Amino acid sequence: MSEKSPVNWEALEAKPEFRALLARKSHFIIPATIFFLIYYLALPILVGYCPELMKKKVWGEVNVAYVFALSQFFMAWIMAFLYVRVAAKWDKSAAAVIHGHE
Amino acid sequence: MNNVPLIMFLAFVALTLLITFWAAKKNTGASAYFAAGRSITGWQNGLAVAGDYMSAASFLGISGMICFYGYDGFMYSVGFLVAYITVLLVVAEPLRNAGKYTMADLLAYRLKPRPVRALASLSTLTVSTFYMIAQMVGAGVIIQRLIGLDFAPAVIGVGMLMLVYVVFGGMLATTWVQIIKALLLIAGALLLSYLVLKFHHFSFTEFFNAVSKADYAGSAPPKNLMEPGLKFGVAVAGPWGPLDLISLGLGLVLGTAGLPHILVRFYTVPDAKTARSSVVWAMAIIGLFYIMTTFFGFGAATILKKALITTAAGKPDTNMVAPILAQVLGGEFFFAFISAVAFATILAVVAGLTMSASASFAHDFYSNVIHHGKETNPDSEVLVARITAFVVGGVSIFLAIQLQTVNVAFLVGLAFAVAASANLPVIVLSIFWKRFSTTGAVAGLAIGLLASIVLILISPSLMGIDPPEVVGAKRHLIQMNAIFPLTNPGILSIPIGFLVAILGSLLRPEPEAEAKFEELQVRAQTGLGAETASSH
Repeated sequence: MSEKSPVNWEALEAKPEFRALLARKSHFIIPATIFFLIYYLALPILVGYCPELMKKKVWGEVNVAYVFALSQFFMAWIMAFLYVRVAAKWDKSAAAVIHGHE
Repeated sequence: MNNVPLIMFLAFVALTLLITFWAAKKNTGASAYFAAGRSITGWQNGLAVAGDYMSAASFLGISGMICFYGYDGFMYSVGFLVAYITVLLVVAEPLRNAGKYTMADLLAYRLKPRPVRALASLSTLTVSTFYMIAQMVGAGVIIQRLIGLDFAPAVIGVGMLMLVYVVFGGMLATTWVQIIKALLLIAGALLLSYLVLKFHHFSFTEFFNAVSKADYAGSAPPKNLMEPGLKFGVAVAGPWGPLDLISLGLGLVLGTAGLPHILVRFYTVPDAKTARSSVVWAMAIIGLFYIMTTFFGFGAATILKKALITTAAGKPDTNMVAPILAQVLGGEFFFAFISAVAFATILAVVAGLTMSASASFAHDFYSNVIHHGKETNPDSEVLVARITAFVVGGVSIFLAIQLQTVNVAFLVGLAFAVAASANLPVIVLSIFWKRFSTTGAVAGLAIGLLASIVLILISPSLMGIDPPEVVGAKRHLIQMNAIFPLTNPGILSIPIGFLVAILGSLLRPEPEAEAKFEELQVRAQTGLGAETASSH
């Protein structure tokens, strides 16, 4: 909201480097979001509608439901790790877009 | 027995008052009051965000639910953590890049500020109030049980202390209070988990075997706590149970990204990259914490004698499970520590909520709606925020005292559902959709709010026909058969929120808003022109 000299936003937005950056971001974020939402929602869906499958024991008293729930934690952490890694590359591209302009 | 928790609690309070005093001296200016001068680092903010999240509902409520209902309680934990992926991938960085102090800053970027800020402010106040009443009711009940104060004075005491933090210390004090509380909570949780595993000779096989035989619901045919269905299964909750669970899941996974008091924490860091790392830190801490709640929840079921955690009437006393477990495993001192941490938790979360609600009122409503953004004097903005904090605090104290028998988890769930239905759609559409217009935003916020609240009013939580022997607070508020069969509105209200926001924009397009989309895109996706940290 406060900038020192007027920035030509339209010009920046039109730069092929910026458009390429946006495309790369969508290519990660959209599939990633669809994946994690489906993986997560599968949990209440399966638990609610396939209870016999979920109650099957896997290791001692530990059942499929528990393992699946636990896997959600790891899914979340892995997703975060992947995101941070790819976002670091985006940072470099974003900096290039900005500096190329100045 | 009542004195040791009190002493520990007072020690914590003294420490945090010292911090507030330090912060008050540093609080020169709006950026300091509202955004801690943007001086908070990644791991610090991660702890603060985690702290805000690990509220009494999480620590006490979930361990209690797991103890009595087994696996179904764990579902809450999963939802609460996975929700942060939504925050990380979709919301955190664009928000930080395009805003200043509140969520509405992002929305008002290219839309007409006055209607959007007014509604965003209303939504923030609504969500924060529900969340706050839940915490205050929880505080009252716990302090009443642990120190022996009556409910009303307990709630008033907590409220007043919280106001001191917020009014004098601002965001800087409330952030550091959260950080310290988070560290204490993690330490307590680690020790409690260790003691539970030690009780079971550090054998997971033994632990899970014991859990499957623990049956805390005390049912006639004994149930296996490891199995899903003890709370949401068809046998217990009727044919709508599974759909209710999905609705809850949807509300949880999408609600965090719309909770104003969490989002506002992303403005306290210097830049978007730090906002990103703070979410990752928060995810690590929160994930670890929620895995540990299964240890104490299940552990309590295997270790505690039933008599300890049921009330005189034989009903489950779910809120007291964690402290009593601490007492049995670690003696009076550990009991006092865990209780003090529970108080600290509530206090810190309530302060954070008041902070974000009053900031929203002052910055969004007062400065921008009433004064058309011409109120360039930031000091008066800060003053209004302080006064609002008093009012918000006072109202919550009053309402909490009136609602002392209302289920705390229900109120928190309500807050999440409203956040997911009203706030999230407009945030997401604002960042990603060129044709999003003011009409869409206003409709989305208003109808999202309305839909979620109405669906709760006509749900089995509030509507039901009770037989005459059910009296007083246990009677449903509205004596009618519930019109909407689910207790969680998310599965209906969230799509409604999105649909209305989209339809509104298609019906009343706004070329001026579309024209500014390029600017918002560049700012949100590259960080150019973002509010930077002020030097102290």
